[in-house]
Amino acid sequence: MKTITKSIITGGILALSLGFAAHAGEDATLTVNGEITLPVRAAAPAGSPLPELFSGWVFRSTETQAMQMDDFDNPGMIFVDQAWEAWSTPEGSAGKSCADCHGEPESFAGLRATMPKWNDEAGKLYTLEDYINESRVKHMGAEPWKWSGGQMTGMTALISLQSRGDVVNVKTDGPVADMYEKGKEIYYTRVGQLDMACSNCHEDNYGVMIRADHLSQGQINGFPAYRLKNAKLNSVHGRFKGCMKNIRATPFKEGSDEFRALELYVASRGNGLVIEGPSVRN
Amino acid sequence: MAKIKPRVKVPKTIAAGEVFPVKTLINHKMESGQRKDKAGEKIPRKIINKFEVTFNGAPVITVDVEPAVSTNPFFEFQMQIDGDGELAFKWTDDDGSVYETSKSIAVG
Amino acid sequence: MNLSRRQALALGGAAVSVTLLPVSFAFAASDASTAEIAAFTGGATAGEGSIELTTPEIAENGNTVPIAISAPGATSVILIADGNPTPRVAVAHFGAGAEPMVATRIRLAGTQNVIAVAQMADGSFVKTARAVKVTIGGCGG
Repeated sequence: MKTITKSIITGGILALSLGFAAHAGEDATLTVNGEITLPVRAAAPAGSPLPELFSGWVFRSTETQAMQMDDFDNPGMIFVDQAWEAWSTPEGSAGKSCADCHGEPESFAGLRATMPKWNDEAGKLYTLEDYINESRVKHMGAEPWKWSGGQMTGMTALISLQSRGDVVNVKTDGPVADMYEKGKEIYYTRVGQLDMACSNCHEDNYGVMIRADHLSQGQINGFPAYRLKNAKLNSVHGRFKGCMKNIRATPFKEGSDEFRALELYVASRGNGLVIEGPSVRN
Repeated sequence: MAKIKPRVKVPKTIAAGEVFPVKTLINHKMESGQRKDKAGEKIPRKIINKFEVTFNGAPVITVDVEPAVSTNPFFEFQMQIDGDGELAFKWTDDDGSVYETSKSIAVG
Repeated sequence: MNLSRRQALALGGAAVSVTLLPVSFAFAASDASTAEIAAFTGGATAGEGSIELTTPEIAENGNTVPIAISAPGATSVILIADGNPTPRVAVAHFGAGAEPMVATRIRLAGTQNVIAVAQMADGSFVKTARAVKVTIGGCGG
């Protein structure tokens, strides 16, 4: 009985053996449903300032890690379920659903691992949210969804799930080179009353505690992420906004060019990790 | 608020007399009644206040739920059965709404 | 539900005052908790026995803390969060075919003791408690 109860909390012996030593560099293994093993560390890509890449999962407590090790325990999957329903529900003046053009969500396998990316037709850098809203407006004749609203994060989670385990491979050259440079500049620019840049926490100090929190590398391969803090799926831009508020800076707007550029740069810092979304974080 | 939809999980195969886990999850805000809105007014309590499970009509577990249970309530329990039947789940909301689902389970 | 840090601190006030006292935490409960337990036991004294409470030692976020109670031989259990504004968290009644265990995820308003009391089939009561540290602060909390 004791063993059974324990495994409910910890997600099994595997997670138990990690204990609280689940810090960067430890041999943590993320296995979902006892069958899908997702590597949580990777060799840093060429030119990376990091010696090695670590998924944010590595930095979480045993209990939080366990919630991502079973798709039923992962509360983010509730919203994936809802997005499944939305996927085949016709909306808008064209009376179409996602399914009418795209068939099954599986048709987007691999996509999330390349996002954000250049859209030739639009002549700009596109995020997953952009593609979804463009489809809604142009092809369905429906209202666009709010960037970080529940419908949008549910749909980005459903699409991200189709790429689970795929290696992040975001392009940084060609037409997106300027955005990449812009994102890099934002990453290293100190802002706000606390006068901090992204790099101060997520490059210089990952693995150490900031008050009661264990700093990660700020990787976004697990997004959208279900956070215990607000009990919902969080978008990448929503998280950026939260970070900027924490350092007492005026955040950029979700969907702004600044956050698109930053998303590109931060995503590329994770080239080599695998897509986990939707993940569970604190 | 998005549509409220319960999820339940039972093992694929169950042997007679074997103890097996049942997991349940339902999306619900579980508004505690302790929070205030931007205008400083208390947000009224609205939670799932009861969770009931029956097997072929007989109670398996009943939980009286208070506001301290987290958003998107999760319950896990363990049970055993001797024969086939219907496992029925029911969540009751403060506003009187009832969310239900059921699973046919068979031994063997 | 999204508690701001300020709200969480305010809620946690009661819990902090409890944890600052150099008490042996096991069965030192607040008045409100004591009243809840008395209501559950009908005033009977709960001893130690076959009841186990599984909690994280440190919860990464007080909004979602996984918890499990197992009490072989019990017909019902009550879960109390001693430092919450409303200490009673849940009462579970076990029917035929159920193993006397239940796991859920709960809100803790700060570092505090979590108490579980079980009524056994013979009408007696057993209880146990565990301290859970809730981290507040940093970017995650």
